[in-house]
Amino acid sequence: MNWSLGKMLKTQEGVVLALTAGTLVLFAIFLPSFLTAGNLISLVRSMSILGLLSLAMAMVVISRGVDISVIATMVVSVSWVLVLQRNGVPLGATLVLGGLLAALVGALIGAVIAYGEIPPIFATLAAGSVVYGAGRTWLFKLEMQNVPPDSSFFTAIGNGQIFGIPVIIVVFAGFCVLVHLFLTRTRLGWALYAMGNNPAAARNSGFAIRPLTVGLYTASSLIAFVAGLLIAASTNSINARLYNSTMIYDILLIVVLGGIGLNGGHGRVRNVLLGAALVGILLNGMTILNVNFTTQNLVKGVVLLSAIVIDAILNPRDEQTSQQGDL
Amino acid sequence: MKSTLKYVLAMGLALQVCVPMAMAQGTKGLENPRSTKFHSDLSGKTVAFLPLSMGFDLTEGWAAQMRKQADRLGYSFEIRDPAWSTDAGTRALQSLIGEAPDLIVVHNPDIQSYARLLKQAQSKGVKILQINLESNTTTDSYVGADWTEIGEQAANAVVAQCSEGKGPSNKVAIDTGVPTAASDVFQLDGIYRVLDKHPEIEVVSQQATEYNAEKARSIMDTVLQQHPDLCGSIGIWDNQDTGTASAIKQAGKQDQVFLVTSGGGNAVGCENVSNGMFDLYISYNVPLQGDILNAEIARLLQSDAKAGDNKAVYFNPLTLIDKSNVNPRNCWTLDALK
Repeated sequence: MNWSLGKMLKTQEGVVLALTAGTLVLFAIFLPSFLTAGNLISLVRSMSILGLLSLAMAMVVISRGVDISVIATMVVSVSWVLVLQRNGVPLGATLVLGGLLAALVGALIGAVIAYGEIPPIFATLAAGSVVYGAGRTWLFKLEMQNVPPDSSFFTAIGNGQIFGIPVIIVVFAGFCVLVHLFLTRTRLGWALYAMGNNPAAARNSGFAIRPLTVGLYTASSLIAFVAGLLIAASTNSINARLYNSTMIYDILLIVVLGGIGLNGGHGRVRNVLLGAALVGILLNGMTILNVNFTTQNLVKGVVLLSAIVIDAILNPRDEQTSQQGDL
Repeated sequence: MKSTLKYVLAMGLALQVCVPMAMAQGTKGLENPRSTKFHSDLSGKTVAFLPLSMGFDLTEGWAAQMRKQADRLGYSFEIRDPAWSTDAGTRALQSLIGEAPDLIVVHNPDIQSYARLLKQAQSKGVKILQINLESNTTTDSYVGADWTEIGEQAANAVVAQCSEGKGPSNKVAIDTGVPTAASDVFQLDGIYRVLDKHPEIEVVSQQATEYNAEKARSIMDTVLQQHPDLCGSIGIWDNQDTGTASAIKQAGKQDQVFLVTSGGGNAVGCENVSNGMFDLYISYNVPLQGDILNAEIARLLQSDAKAGDNKAVYFNPLTLIDKSNVNPRNCWTLDALK
């Protein structure tokens, strides 16, 4: 690949990279304690959970899908794990049960999309409220579930470090490597790009698109389950209300900002890292500057909008470049 | 003479039969007209509850108690759950105004959104009882926490730990929820009323968490990086402050940073006091609020006054919970209220 600056700036990825670098330099100059090891670790850690969920979303988006139900799957499966532990079920069994629940939910959603041919956005939007409602009705009553006080498993994840790096960051990094290898080195990974680029052509060339879709949503749900465990370990609790929060938009923001178009077919793990880096640096810097809530939202919105506008100016749409399903 | 004797005998017989009968009637007691009226006034009435959302400790606790009284006294009680959506809440309130129940118990998402609708409901004759989160409109009754007082108590506790020469520094962080909720605006006023009298206390961070514990955690993590000598922190709600407390714990500063938070006194919150996550927990005591709510519901349903004619406010007492008084009296479970 030719990495010339001019060429780079002609992609949305390049624009966002320039924005990220710019913000990083500005904060490093004007905020004395921004560029310390401690603060950078805290910055990366604060983005690890959103980053992990964005990895799941990125895989789905690359295949020209979208999974709005990840948050519901995450909060329901992990809340159930905590409820079971409170009722004396051994840790290992609760983790297996929670994982099975998440996988089952993902597989069902995938089946509805693959075999029912329901557009993913509607299928997962509806599935999200079904999963959340069913969870609240049968699996747990209160939205807020505390981690059992003497749980060494959650303490080890939440407080533990490996060579001075928090376990949560290590888990996120591990998943980045895994997903990267999957997307670039395996046939199944390539199939995702084929599906995203042209589903009909992919099917005609012999890819088993339907089972693949089921597997993809199952994987996305399982990653969401892991992200939920990290949240529980990190804050000693999980609150099912996250389902009603803006978290799903933050995930989409990271994916889109990083340069993975919602029309599918392209994008890599580095795009997720880039999107997460920009959002993370902005949030961290604004927290240090003690910027108020409304202004923070304003800045987030302006950054997203300007990334889209700059991209539209540099890469104007025309009949040849626009695709079906372009948003 | 004979007839007189007969008459006396008959009288005796009559007395023997009738007096015990009269006395038996006496042991059946007297009807209490007030009790009869109380029950007949209340039975068949309709009460609707519009919470922020069901499914969390506060609203589940109140609802359990209100439902119990409704079952006892024979009025209907129903819940419209907008699930955290102010839009859905507004629509629910509009449709309730159309249905015209006798009383609506309202839990306001912020001080403005429902204000006009509450006035409109009262003008249509529906009585309004607000619970714990106020609107700008004063209605027939408000029962709940005095957020200004909670702010003052929290600030006083932090000042006691962090004023000149006491803590590692005079630095204090505040984390709020959603900037427009009554719990935020009034509590901040209470906090700054105290802090303004203590200029030595420096507020180094004041950030909104949107009630998200993970966001609260990452904010406190960042603040501790910038201010490793932080002395105190005031959080607006226990449900989010588990995140704040986790960041303090992960930084190994539990002995250094004094964390005050507030909540309904659920056993889950208390558990975080006994395990050292929260240093002080200001409880507005949901079971007590439920009892007062029930008394107010009964009073408003019986009262002949028109909706909006008489306005009452009651700020219930607060319980300060620290490690020394985590007990079943201060910390409740939902099952115990049902």
